[in-house]
Amino acid sequence: MKQTKILDQRSAPIYEALERFRQLRVVPFDVPGHKHGRGNPELTSFLGEQCVGIDVNSMKPLDNLCHPISVIREAEELAAEAFGAYHAFLMVGGTTSSVQSMVLSSCKRGDEIILPRNVHRSVINALVLCGAVPVYVNPEVDNNLGISLGMCLEQVKKAIKEHPNAVAVLVNNPTYYGVCSDMRSIVKLAHDAGMLCLADEAHGTHFYFGENLPVSAMAAGADMAAVSMHKSGGSLTQSSLLLTGPNVSTGHVRQIINLTQTTSGSYLLMSSLDISRRNLALRGRTVFKRVVEMADYARDEINAIGGYNAFGRELVNGDSVFDFDTTKLSVHTREIGLAGIEVYDILRDEYDIQIEFGDIGNILAYLSMGDRPQELERLVSALADIRRRYQKDPSGLLSQEYIDPEVVSSPQEAFYAAKKSLPLAESAGQVCSEFVMCYPPGIPILAPGERITPQILDYIEYARGKGCSLTGPEDPEIRYINVLTGGENNGSLVQ
Amino acid sequence: MDLWFSEFHTPDVKHSIRVNRHLYSGVSDYQQIDVFDTPEFGRVLTLDGNVMLTERDEFIYDEMITHVPMAVHPNIRDILVIGAGDGGVVKELTRYDQVNRIDLVEMDPQVIEVCRTYLPENASRLDDERVNIRYENALRFIRRCSEAYDLIIVDSTDPFGPSEGLFTREFYASCCNALKDDGVMVNQQGSPFYRQDAEAMMRSHKRIVNTFPISRIYQAHIPTYAAGYWLFGFASKKYHPIDDLNAKKWSKLGLKTKYYTTRLHIGSFYLPAFLEEMLEEVEYGD
Repeated sequence: MKQTKILDQRSAPIYEALERFRQLRVVPFDVPGHKHGRGNPELTSFLGEQCVGIDVNSMKPLDNLCHPISVIREAEELAAEAFGAYHAFLMVGGTTSSVQSMVLSSCKRGDEIILPRNVHRSVINALVLCGAVPVYVNPEVDNNLGISLGMCLEQVKKAIKEHPNAVAVLVNNPTYYGVCSDMRSIVKLAHDAGMLCLADEAHGTHFYFGENLPVSAMAAGADMAAVSMHKSGGSLTQSSLLLTGPNVSTGHVRQIINLTQTTSGSYLLMSSLDISRRNLALRGRTVFKRVVEMADYARDEINAIGGYNAFGRELVNGDSVFDFDTTKLSVHTREIGLAGIEVYDILRDEYDIQIEFGDIGNILAYLSMGDRPQELERLVSALADIRRRYQKDPSGLLSQEYIDPEVVSSPQEAFYAAKKSLPLAESAGQVCSEFVMCYPPGIPILAPGERITPQILDYIEYARGKGCSLTGPEDPEIRYINVLTGGENNGSLVQ
Repeated sequence: MDLWFSEFHTPDVKHSIRVNRHLYSGVSDYQQIDVFDTPEFGRVLTLDGNVMLTERDEFIYDEMITHVPMAVHPNIRDILVIGAGDGGVVKELTRYDQVNRIDLVEMDPQVIEVCRTYLPENASRLDDERVNIRYENALRFIRRCSEAYDLIIVDSTDPFGPSEGLFTREFYASCCNALKDDGVMVNQQGSPFYRQDAEAMMRSHKRIVNTFPISRIYQAHIPTYAAGYWLFGFASKKYHPIDDLNAKKWSKLGLKTKYYTTRLHIGSFYLPAFLEEMLEEVEYGD
């Protein structure tokens, strides 16, 4: 029987167990077959011995992600405490897996779920998997910036009233651009109606640790939140957290996670979550204060160039922009006559600067704990030079990002229904059976079950012409699209 | 006692200098700063373990980065010097009476402080009344300048450390914008000999070629730098570094130099075949 250990945020149980494991020099007659890297010298020299040496399998001293009882459970408990959650699940399939587990835990086939249309594709993917039906609350749009904002409270109220049997409300906290809805009030509306409140916090990890940042989902009383630790939290790509509140059955969520999660959880990913959680708990406040200061500085400098609009808290309007995440450095580029995606490409091709994404009207530079002022100076100077070299008349540039969807059938019905492939240009009026999106940001332009309109086709061609990377359809060239056979009435074919 | 300072010029090549005394060691906000007293090279300043200057051979660098543009452009009055906290470049520039203003932008105040204390000869002209020292990030400073200077001298450390931003397209473009319409920019361009250095040199030269109408490389031999072989870039909006050299006028100034001559000026633009080939690839290939 092991001694009762005192756990506090200074410990990192998975990391410590791996360090102990390394000392033991255990002989591996188990998987993985590279055997601490010895069997794959090229890989070892590329990634380093430190790294491949802890790429090991679940075993008694290291616990098991599918059924954690020792160090992984301790790491989850510490994460829950650090994030103010009832329970935290370490996730190794990206925040996509957190979002899907969150949706699959709350909805089953035929259930309604209330959500904004500007969700990440992983949310609608989850609906394809479980057969729940989306009830879209159209986000407000800032026509000047061409971006979708948050959900208005009145719209959420209306959706709840019209769909009293819906099981959950899902909220982006925040959107990719940093826009937050009124999380606390939406939680209350959902709970008063007997619904769960779920949050996609892929871009909100830092809300749990910063000062003067928007409220986090757990603090607002939400029932579940998918948190991208690998974005602002500093852990390795593909590691993530799923947080749950007291009204959610931990055992049920674990079962749902185990439906699709690997049984060979990566210790590289898990230890990175453990170490990053410790860092955030011990130093997050200082770290994010610095990030906010850098973003504020960059915003001022970019706005001083002229033409660009690095927007921030001035958008806050008490409703559809209830709050704004000032660590996000989003810049509206239309006034200099360039689409965001064009600025994104020029920055990479000519200045060796890679930013997070560019869409039709905006770019987003992702700032985090790893940034330094000297790199920000480069970004600002490059933007100044791009304006000098490329500025042109902005008329003729499209500004609108959001197109109101007409949902004809549920994503799952449309995805599995009888379908045919049509040239994109001839598809207006048909019902789409697959996704079309620019990636990033990965918010679908078309989702399965939605009507294709001439306006949507124009938008897709425009985005393609500007150099956006389009993804989603079966046809990799995106010249053809799958539509339901028989038009709008076969939405119920598979019932 | 057998005390040596060593610097890796590549992972497989090490250059060592015997040390009498380690005079100073400190870490600033940006880098580690050291000063050694050595029997062969006198006092040696290193940043992050890379030799920046030695008392014995600094004249080569300082003369070549200053007198070349000064002998070409007919009337340099306003100068911006970036980096160069040791004061060697400024020392050469202040010898010209025609110069009206020298703005020195150095991000690290501690470098200047250390040089004033340990390399007083080098730093001696930093107090010249024409010199204005600004402690600032150079990219930030220069972004705000437009058609303000006749000459910009970029005296940076190598492109793999805190000076990385001074080898970028956005920086050269800002320099171009900060120069008057007949302005000249001279920068230290690294060494073409070892592979990693050569690739960095080609990258930054390409960026300058894409920014300025005239862009030429010239060379000097500097014993304590990698391969003992160093390059400078001459970028200009109007003047050609050889065709517009006014040797007579420069000689009349009667400046005594130890390395630079107007004959060497012309010769320094004639490059070895392997280097010509590398530059051709950058200038015409794509």
